[in-house]
Amino acid sequence: MENNASTRRDFFSGFIRGGLLFLTGFFTSIISGNAKTRKWVWQIDPEKCVYCSKCATHCVLEKSAVRCVQVYPMCGYCKLCTGYFEPQPISLNTGAENQLCPTGAIKRRALEDPYYEYSIDEDLCIGCAKCVKGCTLFGNGSLFLQVRHDKCLNCNECSIAKVCPGHAFVRVPADHPYLLKNPNAEEHK
Amino acid sequence: MFTLQLWAVERFPPPEFESGYTFPSTSTPQPRANYLEYVDFLVLVVCLSLGSYIITKRRSRREIYFLTLFSVAYFGFWRKGCICAIGSIQNIALSLFNSSYAVPITVLGFFIVPILFALFFGRVFCSGVCPLGAIQDIILLRPIKIPDWLESSLSFLKYVYLAFAVVFAATGSAFIICEFDPFVSIFRRSGNFLMVGLGVVFLAVGLFIGRPYCRFFCPYGAILGIVSRFSKWPVVLSPTDCLLCKICDIACPYGAIKDPAKKVDQSYSHFFLKLATLIAIGTIFCFVGAYAGKALALPFSKVHPVVRLAEQIAAEDSGKNIQPTDESKAFRQGTTPTETLYANAFEIRSRFQFGGIVAGIFLGLVAVFKIAVQLFPQPSSVYEPDPVNCVACGRCFTFCPREIVIRKRLNSEFQLTQKTEKK
Repeated sequence: MENNASTRRDFFSGFIRGGLLFLTGFFTSIISGNAKTRKWVWQIDPEKCVYCSKCATHCVLEKSAVRCVQVYPMCGYCKLCTGYFEPQPISLNTGAENQLCPTGAIKRRALEDPYYEYSIDEDLCIGCAKCVKGCTLFGNGSLFLQVRHDKCLNCNECSIAKVCPGHAFVRVPADHPYLLKNPNAEEHK
Repeated sequence: MFTLQLWAVERFPPPEFESGYTFPSTSTPQPRANYLEYVDFLVLVVCLSLGSYIITKRRSRREIYFLTLFSVAYFGFWRKGCICAIGSIQNIALSLFNSSYAVPITVLGFFIVPILFALFFGRVFCSGVCPLGAIQDIILLRPIKIPDWLESSLSFLKYVYLAFAVVFAATGSAFIICEFDPFVSIFRRSGNFLMVGLGVVFLAVGLFIGRPYCRFFCPYGAILGIVSRFSKWPVVLSPTDCLLCKICDIACPYGAIKDPAKKVDQSYSHFFLKLATLIAIGTIFCFVGAYAGKALALPFSKVHPVVRLAEQIAAEDSGKNIQPTDESKAFRQGTTPTETLYANAFEIRSRFQFGGIVAGIFLGLVAVFKIAVQLFPQPSSVYEPDPVNCVACGRCFTFCPREIVIRKRLNSEFQLTQKTEKK
């Protein structure tokens, strides 16, 4: 009696197992039709950024994976850089009271007169976009935020992407993980 | 202050350098190599195979423990708990309902392969491979038993979580499994106060109540539990030699051993009465679930940013004295007309209603099924692990006295399969 009962249960169990296997296979084939083999990573579209500073505060990492980058061919190399200096600085030098950057991450280096090179020290940058705002609104827009992929964990759901007011976070393929502004593009002339 | 932003204008022409200065290039550090995603998947398959082998053939708690340690180290602290099979539910749900999202094939693999293994070997994923389960298994100090009724009712939360996660993911609102993952902040060694606090709470509770996340919250565990019910070679004890000593039941910290004493052979008495009751209760539950799901869809749709934005814009436009948000300001600067925004929001709301109804019916069916299991218990004369709840940790057969005797008597490897005669 016991043998019969367990055999019957085994049969039903096997039957349902077969059905579940079939369902799994069917399901897999449906989804894999829409699946992609390339890996996707997060990136900021600089044209959509509204420099709200949420990149600095919403990353799951203590120090955000978003940092400011400089596209040198677009830079004006101006003495009064609107991304470097606060509005109406006391004087045009590297004094902390004159700088927009709260961590002093922009380095100003004098080249030939009257040009100055502005570069970002990524270890100091926190991704707050203050320089991006100044540069984009009053300058050439060569400073902008980008997700740095040696730091980014590539979370399934990016916490910054969720709150970005400009919907600037997009998924890009991992083999082209940056959306740098192109200095030669028509709209930048 | 937001001014109208067109393309970045080159207000200051690039300088003509006379000193031979060349532009430095902008550094572009690359993300993790693509092939490493496939290595992760390979490690998953190897660990699952190893776990299955240890459970069925080696039957050694020690080896499972080492596998568990490895999984905490690799999938947990090294890969920082992402991507995981639990979270993959969301990606799959999103790709089913959003044609513009393509799920990466490794994520699909992470979802399917543990289920395939569960169809044959039970929840081997939970014991030695899932980093969340592994960390809970390791920190377990002094397990406390939970009464069966409490265990059964709390484990209903898993299905609720699954329903919510699928609806939120499919509508593109949020990945709540990721957001409320208690252990990811510990694996990342970084997180805000709430995330780390949640992790600490779960670890503290997990010292005394075994695997609180796995048993009561894990949505993937809900799926694996359903599938494991029909597994071919789950964890078994010695069915023909059981002494009814209950040592396995005491050793199991997760209440996964089916107690034969309660399963008296009266499961088929009053058969039609029970069946009629179940059908009646089931119908009521499904209707209640569908109604609740549809009603809750409206407030829960606010989780979606488009719906929130539409409500914000509508509130601002209707003259109420409301502060504009960053999102509403950014929207007004853009080119999308308000009508399109409202149309999108309505479409998302109707998706929530559909999802809510389906989720409600699903939960109703789960509830009536739990009652059915109580009304029609499977008669069993010996103690055996319940494959639905058994996470294949290996404690039961480590302490079973029959197992110890047999292992000492036989010098070579032995194999126990369920329901075969002993030679």
